[in-house]
Amino acid sequence: MIELINVSKRFVDNVVLDGVSLQVQEGETVALLGPSGVGKSVTLKTINGLLRPDTGDVIVDGLHVQRLKRKELAELRSKIGYVFQYGALFDSMTVAENIRLGITDETCYDDAQYCVNRVQECLRLVNLALDVTDKYPAELSGGMKKRVGIARAIAGKPKYLLYDEPTSGLDPVNADVIDGLIERLRDELGVTSVVVSHDVRGSFRVADRVALLWQAKIRAVGPPDQILASKDPAVQQFLERDLEMTLIQAESQEGREARGRNV
Amino acid sequence: MANRAELTLDPLRLVARSSLRSLDHVGRFSFLVVDLLRGLAEWRIWVSRTLEQAVAVGYGSLFIVLLVAGFAGAVTSLQTGYQFTGTLPLYYAGAVISESMILELGPVLTALILAGRIGARYAAELGTMRVTEQIDALESLGRSPVSHLLLPRVLAGLLVVPALTMFANATGIVVGYMVAKGSLGLTYGDFEYGARYFFRPLDLWYSLVKSYCFAAAVTLIPCYIGFNTQQGAEGVGRATTTAVVSASVAILLLDALTTRLLLVAK
Ligand SMILES: Nc1ncnc2c1ncn2[C@@H]1O[C@H](COP(=O)(O)OP(=O)(O)O)[C@@H](O)[C@H]1O
Ligand SMILES: [Mg+2]
Repeated sequence: MIELINVSKRFVDNVVLDGVSLQVQEGETVALLGPSGVGKSVTLKTINGLLRPDTGDVIVDGLHVQRLKRKELAELRSKIGYVFQYGALFDSMTVAENIRLGITDETCYDDAQYCVNRVQECLRLVNLALDVTDKYPAELSGGMKKRVGIARAIAGKPKYLLYDEPTSGLDPVNADVIDGLIERLRDELGVTSVVVSHDVRGSFRVADRVALLWQAKIRAVGPPDQILASKDPAVQQFLERDLEMTLIQAESQEGREARGRNV
Repeated sequence: MANRAELTLDPLRLVARSSLRSLDHVGRFSFLVVDLLRGLAEWRIWVSRTLEQAVAVGYGSLFIVLLVAGFAGAVTSLQTGYQFTGTLPLYYAGAVISESMILELGPVLTALILAGRIGARYAAELGTMRVTEQIDALESLGRSPVSHLLLPRVLAGLLVVPALTMFANATGIVVGYMVAKGSLGLTYGDFEYGARYFFRPLDLWYSLVKSYCFAAAVTLIPCYIGFNTQQGAEGVGRATTTAVVSASVAILLLDALTTRLLLVAK
């Protein structure tokens, strides 16, 4: 279980989180929505201890993240996969080496054959061709980098997964593949996930519950249909704006397809 | 209005703020050094990476270090000839060239060049990794950035800088001798006699100790600065220049300090 209790975080005089509480049950997928710059990434980083909240508690797998010693924190982190918003691939390493570093179990990591197989398996899961293994991150497109980042995060078979905008910047086909992957990891392996997104449609599809982060607080949290039916003006405003975006995207998508047909 | 308050040139406040900031750096730098010492236990991680780094920075720097050392030897030789001809016996040139290379020019020039080459490289690499969240990514995998990134770089520097210093010493002396032979007509016998006459085996150790101190400055300072980079590409640029400047100043301070402690105090 992932539990944020009254977490506050500020950078100098920029209050990013102000008393945020959120529970993610074992095996549950929670989507964390919110406009950009609201503190979604900051929230995710407090969960695996990359950022330290000023006040409040973060409890993951029954452990108080802030109170852990270095070794214990490293051990906990090896159970938490983290998908970075901009990939954060190690650019001096090939794709295969990147994903291999994601294999957090040391005996597995030292088993070369296991690693080769696992790397290929993870690449397949994120719908990447196997010929990217020997490429460097600089040779990949943005969407490919993102998917390698996801492959690296799942390589260690984590119990928890934190996705920071896993589908932003992906084409619709691959966004669907990733949404499907998130669902499968939950259904088949019981992975507990937090999916940060500002893509309402995709996250409503994968999430058991949705939380809206708005002006440093959790404004609403509940199952997708409950959020959709919410009368809260802030929630409505956020959803509306996003649905507009979706419409625009859908139109341009149709336009592209129409053009494609003409060719 | 808060900005106005910060801009006032209240000297007390300025001094207080900057000394707090430097205390903060001293504290965090010490923590980094402690972390590095602790990271030594994870040798399985750093051994291979250290060798990679050492090859990368060592080979790359060899040419420029030898070039500079050769010129330093040549100029020392010419200058010795210019100053001493007629007043002192010729074999003195052998002593001046070899001693000034070993005691001062070899270690200091090598370290200053490497502050530019290794220091800038380390600060830029680590700074980029910081601002692109690669360091966070490593931590998120439960892996320690200290043993994966910092320790290999520091240890590689500790291997490479003293080795390059010894090559620089040798090159400077050989080139210095050849120039002296050409310009002063110094024979090899005289040169060797002079070099041996004033040489103490301790001098080589001294050169080595100096270069280890410099190696620490060339690696630790840029690693610390790069590791703590903030704010995007501009931050990386700032980290790189700060690292080179700080490492160079540290080298000069350490030079004065080691000379005072090891040579003068006897
Ligand atoms: N390391 C940091 N230092 C200072 N400010 C930060 C830092 N990380 C994030 N912030 C600030 O926190 C706020 C929330 O950022 P973030 O969590 O990245 O937003 P998003 O919801 O788009 O992911 C932003 O205003 C950002 O400027
Ligand atoms: Mg973000």
